[in-house]
Amino acid sequence: MNDQRLEVMIGRLLQAGVLLAAAIVFAGGAVYLVQHADAKVDFRHFAARPGVPRTFRGIFQSAAAFESEGLIQLGLLLLIATPVARVAMAVVGFFMERDWLYVTVSAIVLAVLVFSLMRAA
Amino acid sequence: MTALVFTFVVVVVSAVAGFLGALTGLGGGVVVIPALTLALGVDMKIAMGASLVSVIATSSGAAAAYVREGFSNIRIGMFLEIATTVGAVAGAFLAGRFSTHVLAVIFGLVLIQSAWQTVAGDHAATRASSSDKLASRLRLGGEYPVEGEKRAYGVRNVPAGFGIMFGAGALSGLLGIGSGAVKVIAMDRAMKIPFKVSTTTSNFMIGVTAAASAGVYLSHGFIDPRVAMPVMLGVLGGALLGSRALVHAPVRTLRIVFAVVIGALAIEMIVSGIGGKV
Repeated sequence: MNDQRLEVMIGRLLQAGVLLAAAIVFAGGAVYLVQHADAKVDFRHFAARPGVPRTFRGIFQSAAAFESEGLIQLGLLLLIATPVARVAMAVVGFFMERDWLYVTVSAIVLAVLVFSLMRAA
Repeated sequence: MTALVFTFVVVVVSAVAGFLGALTGLGGGVVVIPALTLALGVDMKIAMGASLVSVIATSSGAAAAYVREGFSNIRIGMFLEIATTVGAVAGAFLAGRFSTHVLAVIFGLVLIQSAWQTVAGDHAATRASSSDKLASRLRLGGEYPVEGEKRAYGVRNVPAGFGIMFGAGALSGLLGIGSGAVKVIAMDRAMKIPFKVSTTTSNFMIGVTAAASAGVYLSHGFIDPRVAMPVMLGVLGGALLGSRALVHAPVRTLRIVFAVVIGALAIEMIVSGIGGKV
């Protein structure tokens, strides 16, 4: 296991994650269009919409119920998770190389990411 | 317009954005945000949320391709990401505070810089073959393939690069863009890192930076599923096609056309922002 091979593995995992996320978003999109194809849309004024789930729990529940919003949000969450996973895997990779400086560096980045995402939980 | 028409139009526009982005290295917000706000009347904050999603999609989607070539430097990326992620969280908080008009003007200014950057030339004249003291201690240097063999390179001016990266992160969080162009400038010009290493490392970084803003954007409600969905799917599809076309594309010509187009969009964004129309 060296730098290059580790990174190739990480890259492939990321692509798989993106594809899975896209599949879920696509499913949500399909549900959305089936239900709302003819609805008039107006995105001119930003206002946080009450119906859209924004907490992790709300998103999971909505997705499990096959609601379009929940499914799409779940796919988006999975997409957002891919770079976070990349950083987490880098922490592990540096650990395996016994590179303590970079275990710390990447752990700091991971902490910032987790902090940011916990705000949405 | 109806949801169906809107979704279809956004998918097509996003596919173009993804396609051009894969070819020129500029993408995501640069095309998506003006298209959504100016052409489709979408509120700037919702456009920013959708753009952020597209940045992550292109970064992670292209990840395997960049790594396999052996250019990107994960240590440089990780170290600088400390600055960009903190900047991104700060920028994302500010985005909730500024009005859309202000954001539109700032975005327009950033677009002008991007347009300039696209044609003004890529490379710094000098390359560092060895690292300075701080960079050596941080082991930031590496090797990259040049004509079949590995050439070593060093890194310089780490504090300056770090500072610029904080700014790049803040812009990313503030506007929902990738700030890839700024990151490449910081690495290529300030830190004297070889261009291809800079661009590939930037591609890895923009996804991480965008993820740092994403949590804040989600909690503010900037990410609207009905807009983010077609943007994400369109950009992914377009980027996939674009990276295939890369071998045959007249990249130089494309960049010039691209720069002219986004220059014009930049002016429109600024005017609309000042005029209160965005």
